Amino acid sequence: MAWFRKEKTPLRADDRRDLPSDVFDKCEGCGEILYRDKLAQNLRVCPKCGYHFRVPVAVYLEIFSDPGTFQELDREVRSADPLNFVDLKPYRARLNAAQKKTGRGDAVVTGVATLEGIPISLGVMDFAFIGGSMGSVVGEKIARLGRRSADDNRPLILVSASGGARMMEGIYSLMQMAKTATMLARLHEAGIPFISVLTDPTTGGVTASFAMLGDVNLAEPGALVGFAGPRVIEETIKQELPEGFQRSEFLLEHGMVDLVVDRRALRETTVRLLRLLLAAAPGDG
Amino acid sequence: MPSTPHLEFERDLVEIQEKIESLLDLAEKKGIDVAIELRELRSKLTRLQEDTFQNLSAIEQVQVARHPRRPYTLDYLVRTFTDWMELHGDRAFRDDAAMVGGWARLEGSPVMVLGHQKGRDMKDNLHRNFGMPHPEGYRKALRLMRMAEKFGRPVITLIDTPGAYPGIGAEKRGQAEAIATNLREMARLQVPTISVVIGEGGSGGALALGVTDRILMLEHSVYSVISPEGCAAILWRSAEYRDQAAAALKLTSRDLLRLGVVDEVIGEPPGGAHSDWKATADALRVALVGHLEDLKGMEAQERRQKRWGKFEALGAWVDGEMAGPGRTGPLKA
Ligand SMILES: [Zn+2]
Repeated sequence: MAWFRKEKTPLRADDRRDLPSDVFDKCEGCGEILYRDKLAQNLRVCPKCGYHFRVPVAVYLEIFSDPGTFQELDREVRSADPLNFVDLKPYRARLNAAQKKTGRGDAVVTGVATLEGIPISLGVMDFAFIGGSMGSVVGEKIARLGRRSADDNRPLILVSASGGARMMEGIYSLMQMAKTATMLARLHEAGIPFISVLTDPTTGGVTASFAMLGDVNLAEPGALVGFAGPRVIEETIKQELPEGFQRSEFLLEHGMVDLVVDRRALRETTVRLLRLLLAAAPGDG
Repeated sequence: MPSTPHLEFERDLVEIQEKIESLLDLAEKKGIDVAIELRELRSKLTRLQEDTFQNLSAIEQVQVARHPRRPYTLDYLVRTFTDWMELHGDRAFRDDAAMVGGWARLEGSPVMVLGHQKGRDMKDNLHRNFGMPHPEGYRKALRLMRMAEKFGRPVITLIDTPGAYPGIGAEKRGQAEAIATNLREMARLQVPTISVVIGEGGSGGALALGVTDRILMLEHSVYSVISPEGCAAILWRSAEYRDQAAAALKLTSRDLLRLGVVDEVIGEPPGGAHSDWKATADALRVALVGHLEDLKGMEAQERRQKRWGKFEALGAWVDGEMAGPGRTGPLKA
């Protein structure tokens, strides 16, 4: 009855090898072949299994702001390459390539917007820019955004995606952890909400600084979130890691995040939260 | 102090030290006057020590910082301080032996001291996890810092760790959260705070004790975002390039002073801290007393504003035409 089973089996990548790859995407969760347009309408969440594809910065800007209200800040801040760092390539060349590839100065976009009428500060990291690594520019832009939050009494929302510290900036990259945490100390004392949104992947110095310090930590389903990367851990302990280790659901189980939230519900969840946290939020009945 | 183990570039130094020892031995056993030879050998030793330790490459600095005879936190606690009373536990999970803390006196005044603790031999190192804390270590440190805050005592931290521990338990119990919380809460402390890198300042595990009013480094300690081996493995795709990585990372005390991260470099004896624990411990005391006096002269709010300002200025960026408050140009090597 092979023919019968085959009929019931959804089309797999192998069967569709001839299909143009700019029209379809294969789900990494269930293997389903999905129309890219349909997938985009679904915020790139697989309608069959709920797998969350990684998405560009623009998607989060849309999720967390009212149409046309996002005003970008500090676009022109650039790394000064303080160490004149050269490994197999000069850091400057890596920066130039990343700037060309992404059209951005560095690995975070920051700005102000409204979200269902609530004035917010919003920062979204770009994993495509040198692995979303945090150097002086990411630290400085996030610190400025936080100060803006404090000055204007705006809740802060940061969407993280990062491989960790930008080691080509040496000790300065480590110190950005202290810098962003210092900013959060200010916000904390001023009583301003900070919602941290963890997306795939968030590791290293970003996790061990601002990303874990949300009043509320939200994580997208299945996102890798941790301090040490899984490969480093495997090499250290010489063991295979358990299934689901360092994924959002694992963090929820171990008490490190408040909620695992489907991307399609992030906006609504955040708005509800802000209305619960803020003294007088627009739309609060 | 036994002259072994030692580093490769210390071989000549060890040879002279051994000569001095056998000469002393001879003098004692046979009653021969060796004063002249001894004086010559000792001055030769000092010259060679100065020569060697003033001209270390970056990777050699890393080796000195990890020297198996280098004094560790507990060695300073009984030399730089008095009345040391260790306190244990994070009150949630367990006591982490890779992080020690408790009360001590500095020139008679009570202070809270926290520090990473490495082991001296394999057995001790298994107990101390090679100075790599688990989350409960950072949480113990924070508990003790809050105790210091409650009683208005200064906090002094001694940093000496390869880094946070990449293991399953450490991740499960949230080491990222533990480190992050320490960063924010150290920024908020009202009491004077000083951190001193005494050996290896390894990435987030080090910084978790490092958000302080003053940051000091012992001369031959290092402070880095990643180990040279780790950096080489990632950026050069082979750990064999650790020499290049060490040089590129700019991780020596002199580099960090020049980069404006460190407030003072504490000089070590000519042969490094491991050649004279007492002299190093004394130098540390002098430095701590000086900075503490300075910090105690400020109001709590002023001190905290300065602390925040210090960390908020760190970095190197260019903002269009306008230079940022941090360093803006490539710095001279
Ligand atoms: Zn799927």
